[in-house]
Amino acid sequence: MAQVSMTVNGKAVKRSVPDTTLLSEFLREHLRLTGTHVGCDTSQCGACVVHVDGRAVKSCTMLAAGADGASVVTIEGLAKDGALHPMQTAFNDNHGLQCGFCTPGMIMSGVDMVARYKAEGRELTEAAIRHELEGNICRCTGYHNIVKSIQDAAARM
Amino acid sequence: MSVADPLPHDSARLHVTGAARYVDDIPLPANALHLAFGLSDVAHGVIEALDLSAVRASDGVVEVLAAGDLARPADVSPSAHDEPLLAEGRVHYAGQPVFVVAATSHRAARVAARRAALRVAPLPAILTVDEALAAGSRFEGGPVVWDKGDAEAAIAAADLVVEGTLELGGQEHFYLEGQAALALPGEGGEMHVIASTQHPTEVQHKVAHALGLPQAMVRVECRRMGGGFGGKESQGNALAVAVAVVAQATGRPCKMRYDRDDDFLITGKRHDFRIDYRAGFGRDGRIRGVAFRHLVRCGWSQDLSLPVADRAMLHADNAYRIPAMRIESHRLRTNTQSATAFRGFGGPQGVAGIERVMDHAAHALGLDPIELRRRNYYAEMPAPRPDRTPYGQEVRDFILGGLTEKLLDGADYAARRAEIAAWNAGQRVLRRGIGFAPVKFGISFTLSHLNQAGALVHVYTDGSVHLNHGGTEMGQGLFQKVAQVAAAEFGVPVSAVRITATDTAKVPNTSATAASSGSDLNGMAVQAACAEIRARMAGHLASLHQITPDAVVFAGGAVQAGGARYSFAEAATLAWQGRVSLSATGFYRTPDIAWDRARGEGRPFYYFAHGAALTEVVVDRLTGEYRILRADILHDAGASLNPALDIGQIEGGYVQGVGWLTTEELVWDNAGRLRTHAPSTYKIPAFGDRPAVFNVALHQGANPAATIHRSKAVGEPPLMLGISALMALSDAVAAFGGGRVYPALDAPATPERVLAAVERMRG
Repeated sequence: MAQVSMTVNGKAVKRSVPDTTLLSEFLREHLRLTGTHVGCDTSQCGACVVHVDGRAVKSCTMLAAGADGASVVTIEGLAKDGALHPMQTAFNDNHGLQCGFCTPGMIMSGVDMVARYKAEGRELTEAAIRHELEGNICRCTGYHNIVKSIQDAAARM
Repeated sequence: MSVADPLPHDSARLHVTGAARYVDDIPLPANALHLAFGLSDVAHGVIEALDLSAVRASDGVVEVLAAGDLARPADVSPSAHDEPLLAEGRVHYAGQPVFVVAATSHRAARVAARRAALRVAPLPAILTVDEALAAGSRFEGGPVVWDKGDAEAAIAAADLVVEGTLELGGQEHFYLEGQAALALPGEGGEMHVIASTQHPTEVQHKVAHALGLPQAMVRVECRRMGGGFGGKESQGNALAVAVAVVAQATGRPCKMRYDRDDDFLITGKRHDFRIDYRAGFGRDGRIRGVAFRHLVRCGWSQDLSLPVADRAMLHADNAYRIPAMRIESHRLRTNTQSATAFRGFGGPQGVAGIERVMDHAAHALGLDPIELRRRNYYAEMPAPRPDRTPYGQEVRDFILGGLTEKLLDGADYAARRAEIAAWNAGQRVLRRGIGFAPVKFGISFTLSHLNQAGALVHVYTDGSVHLNHGGTEMGQGLFQKVAQVAAAEFGVPVSAVRITATDTAKVPNTSATAASSGSDLNGMAVQAACAEIRARMAGHLASLHQITPDAVVFAGGAVQAGGARYSFAEAATLAWQGRVSLSATGFYRTPDIAWDRARGEGRPFYYFAHGAALTEVVVDRLTGEYRILRADILHDAGASLNPALDIGQIEGGYVQGVGWLTTEELVWDNAGRLRTHAPSTYKIPAFGDRPAVFNVALHQGANPAATIHRSKAVGEPPLMLGISALMALSDAVAAFGGGRVYPALDAPATPERVLAAVERMRG
C-alpha cells in the first residue's frame, strides 16, 4: 500500500491505496470523480486526460503514487463557482460533442494546449490543433466541431 | 417553435463538466462485485479440461461460474438462441467467454480470469469465406437468391461487360465507452439492470429468460451510451445476462465492463464481404443487367446476420435503375467473432458493390464516373411514371438528380477535375484523385413489425413535462430532437421538458434504437402522447370558457383560452383541479409498409433518404500514403428537426465510413486470433485524418412521406458517403497508370494496399 497525498481540484486529499493504483483509478474509484473516463485502458484514446501540475497527462498512464504531492485538476475542477471555463462553453456552443465520452479528455487537452501556446507566444493554427490532438480519439463527431470549439475557446481565453 | 432549432445536445452541459453518468460512473452499493470473463484462445475445439481452482484462489474472488454451474441455460443471442452465455463443451471462436469470475474489484476479477487452466482439443477452424464455402458452413441451408428479369441474358446482350471482385473488410465499432452493465437485485427476486444498450427490451427478455423470471420482474434502464453504432444492439446481452445471473446467484449487485482488448476480442464487428460482380452496359452508358454474388462472413453464430445480408441485397441497386438483376447472398458461418449490426447494417456493403461497378464501367467506357452515374439514376421526384427497385418498391421520392447537380456546382467539380489532371501531369511522386458517391438509403426496419414505438408523457402542475420513450441515446441527439417535438406540441420552451432514461418499466416492448429509426418512430409516439394531453387540457379550458377546444392555443409558454391567458403551469393546475389526467402514453406504427422476405418483394421502406459526396485525395507512389484534401457533402435530412445535430451525424458518419474503407483493418492470424485488438494496431480516424477542407450542408426539403415534422432519418445514410474516398483513391491510383488499367482497389485501402495497387499500375 502507498500513502498518497495530493491536491485535487484545489482540495487536499490523502488516501492509502495499493501501489499499482493508476491515477485514473484513484480519481474515479477513490475520489468518485467519474468525469475522467477510461476509454482504451492503454493510454491511446485520451478520454482520461487530466492536468498534473499544470500539464496534460493521460491519467491511465500514471500511478497515483507518482502524483504524490502534485496538484491535479480534473474536468470537475474546471468550472469556477458554477461558471463554465471558456473551453467548456465553446464545446457546448459549437456542438463539439455527441456521445460525450471523449469530451472531458478533449477539453482538458484543449485547455492545456491553448495555455501552452499562449505562454510560448505561438500561434495556435488549425493544423497545430489537429497535431496536438493526435492522442485524443473521438468516434462520433468526425472532429470538425471539436477543432472549431478549441479555436473558439482560444479566442475567448 | 422549438422544432428545427439548432440547439445543443441535451446533455452537452453535463458532458463538458464531466457530470454525465455512464454505467461505470454510477455509485455502487458497498458489497458490489465486479465481473470478468475468461476467454478461449482457440478458434474451434472441444473443452477437455477446465481447472478453475487457481481462479477461485485468486485475491478477492467471490464466485466463479462455468456453463455447467449455471442454474439454467443462459442464451444471449438476439435471434436463433444459438449463443450460450458461456461455452458449452465446445468453443467456436478465439475470444469466446468460457467462464465468469466475480471479485471485489474490476482488477481482481481480470487478474483471476487469466489464471484458469483451460485445455482445448483443437478442431479444424473455418476462418475465411473460401473455407466456409468449401465446407458448406453456412446459415439458412443455401444462398438467398433474388432475381429481377434475366440478368445473365441482359449482360450477354450488352455492348460492354465488366467483371471483378471487391473485398470489403469488417469494422470494429470502437464506441469510446466500452460495453458495460450493472445488476441490482431487488426484493422477491426482482432484477434491475442498468446497461449500455441500444435495446433495453431485448436485454430484459434475455435476463428474464436466464433468471427464470417473468419479464415483469426485470427492469432495464439506459440513460445514455458512450457511442453505440450498432455494436450495442445485441453485443451487450452477454454482460447484462452475466451480471444478472451472478447477482441472482450471490444476492449482491454486480457490474461488468469490458477492458478495451476484451471488447475487441469478444464482440462482433461489421460483416466483411466479398462481392463478385458481372455487369453489362450499353455504349450509351446505361446499365443493362448486373449479377452480384455476396459472400458474407457471419462468424460463429447467427446474431443479426440474416437481416444484415438482406439489407445488403436491398441496397445493391443504390441509386440506379437496373433493368435486370440477380443477387446471390451466401451467409457463411466461420469460427470468428459473430459479426453484428454496424451503422448501415449491410447497406454500406451493398452500396459499395454497385458503386464499384459504376466506377469500373466508367473506366472501361471512358466516361466521367459521375456522368455515368447520373445517366443511370432513378427518375427524379415528381416522376410521372416512378421506377421500381429490383425488389418491386416504387421510387417516388428520388431527389439525387437535383442534389448531385447542386453539389457539383457548389464544389466546382468540372474545373477541379481539369485542374487535377493538369497538376498530375506535372508530378513525379504524387497524384491527386477525385471521387463521387451518392446514397439512397431505405428507411424502416425490414422486419416490418419492429416499426413501432411507444412513449410516456406526464405534465405536472408546475408546468414541467416528464418525457419518456423507447428510444435510446448514444450521442446521436435523439433525446434532444424528441424533446423539441414535445416542447413544440405544448408550446413550451425545451427547458420545460425533462428527458428521462429509457426504462422498460415505463415504455414496454420497444424495438432497438437502430435502422436510423429513432427519431422517426419515437418522435411520432411522443407527439401522439403530447397531443393527447394537450387535447384533454384544451377540452377542459374550452368548457370553462364556453369555446371550442380548437380555439385554445398553446404557444410561447402560455395557453390562450377565450379572453384568458394562462401560463402553461396555470393551465396544467386548472386541468388537475378539473380532475383531468395529465399523463398519457403515445404509440406509433409506420404505415404502408409490407415486405415478403422469402420472395424478396414488397415495400420494405417507408421512404428513402439521400445524400452525395465528392472527395479529393492525394497519393504518394513511394509509400502508398495519402491525405484527404477536400470533401464536399450535400445530404437530405428532410425538414431537419435540428440542423446542428443532423450536420454532426453527417460529418461523423462520413468520417466513420472513410475509416471503414481506408485505415481500419482487422487482422486475424492463421489460428483465428484477432491480432488488432487495441487502438495501437487498429487505426480509427484521428484528428489528422479528417479532410483539410470539409464542406457539409443539408439539402433542404420536406419529406413527402408523413414523418415527424417531415424530417428524415439521418443516423446511417451519411456513412456511405465515405465510399467517395475509396473512389477518389481509385482515381488517384489509376492516374499513376495513365488511366490504362482499372485499379480494382479493395477495402480497407490501407497505404499498403494503395502502394500495391500503384505498383500494379506501373506494371
